[in-house]
Amino acid sequence: MSMTDATRNALRTGTVLFLFALVGTAILAFTHDRTEPVITRSQQAEKLALINQVLPASSYDNDLLASRQDLPPDDLLGTRQPSALWIARRGSQVTAVVLEAIAPDGYAGDIALLIGIDIDGKVTGVRVTAHRETPGLGDYVERTKSAWIDQFAGKSLTDPEPKHWKVAKDGGAFDARAGATITPRAVVKAVRSALDYFARHRAAFVAAPPAKEKKA
Amino acid sequence: MMTLNEFRSLFQNGLIKQNTGLVQLLGLCPLLAISNNVVNALSLGLATLLVMAASSGAVSGVRHFVPHEIRIPVFVLIIAALVTVIDLAMNAFVHPLYLVLGIFIPLITTNCIVLARADAFASKNHPLHSVIDAVAMGLGLTLVLVVLGAIRELAGKGTLFSGIDLVFGAAAKSYVLHVLPHYQGFLLAILPPGAFIALGLLIAAHNWNKARAAQRVRAAVPMAA
Repeated sequence: MSMTDATRNALRTGTVLFLFALVGTAILAFTHDRTEPVITRSQQAEKLALINQVLPASSYDNDLLASRQDLPPDDLLGTRQPSALWIARRGSQVTAVVLEAIAPDGYAGDIALLIGIDIDGKVTGVRVTAHRETPGLGDYVERTKSAWIDQFAGKSLTDPEPKHWKVAKDGGAFDARAGATITPRAVVKAVRSALDYFARHRAAFVAAPPAKEKKA
Repeated sequence: MMTLNEFRSLFQNGLIKQNTGLVQLLGLCPLLAISNNVVNALSLGLATLLVMAASSGAVSGVRHFVPHEIRIPVFVLIIAALVTVIDLAMNAFVHPLYLVLGIFIPLITTNCIVLARADAFASKNHPLHSVIDAVAMGLGLTLVLVVLGAIRELAGKGTLFSGIDLVFGAAAKSYVLHVLPHYQGFLLAILPPGAFIALGLLIAAHNWNKARAAQRVRAAVPMAA
């Protein structure tokens, strides 16, 4: 049986394509292998740096990243998917938690937040981690754009009173810039809800057994 | 080898005559999306230039082994592999810069100017010529991106180089130029419509300039005759 020219041609082209795919895959596998440990390290350092913006590194001594747990979706957190929780300890004592929450009612959809709350229910810090608010208008909730978000530090459900957990324009205790109140209103509401969530689950957080921690 | 004239004509093509942003109008999606300030624009332009130079060199190097009928899938494969390698390498070794450019790098794969140069030029020319063509085209794109970024940032925020600290660290914050102090801002320029309007004006200016040059040539001919 002899091959026709067309068959031979198709085989040849197929082989060439296969060889290119093989070489391409090998190069990618090699690069991935070489870069993965470095990338994982810098991603963790980055995550920890972000967490340390809402919770001072001096307030815990455990391996915070290893303490990560998944929280089920909850209306108070504004989450529709499991979100992360980190439990900070000093010695065996739980000192604070850091959790992810979402303000679902921003001007342009979800505003993702990272919130640190100490064991007495006081906010240690809040950061906006992702949003699609209008540049130059609602985006001052980002720490790189303004210090607005810093006013949550030290606040709790008793200070200010629950009815004052609103922006100033609505008679509350939190400033907001004129002309752009939807975004801060959403953030204030989400931080308050997260505090409610914490108050409800505080006992479980405090009793949580320490994660098995790898020595770094 | 390459003569000085060939070299010059490659650069003239890339920067002006066949400028990707103003004449070929290829790869407009990243051009419009990322030109809201100078730093973003310059960063994306240089990243694209790097990918173009690498992929044109690689495509030209293997051009004799690629059967004509499968050249497009092979070129796409080469470009995608190179972009992924650059993406991973930047993520690992220049992490702060990656945080700024990270989202744009994979998008470069879809920038049709990269494939266009691979197919239209690199697959038919010597690697040296191909790399130089890619660099010239990349510079042309970077130039348009930066001008567009400068126009939009100036009109939108009254500054230049805002966000430069994301590339060079917090110390660079003082490099931001507040060209128009106490400027109230013009949001439209930063939002997508600003990109279309500014690019339209740039293309118009380019065409006007071209028409004027052509008119000068026409006017000059009878005198020379």
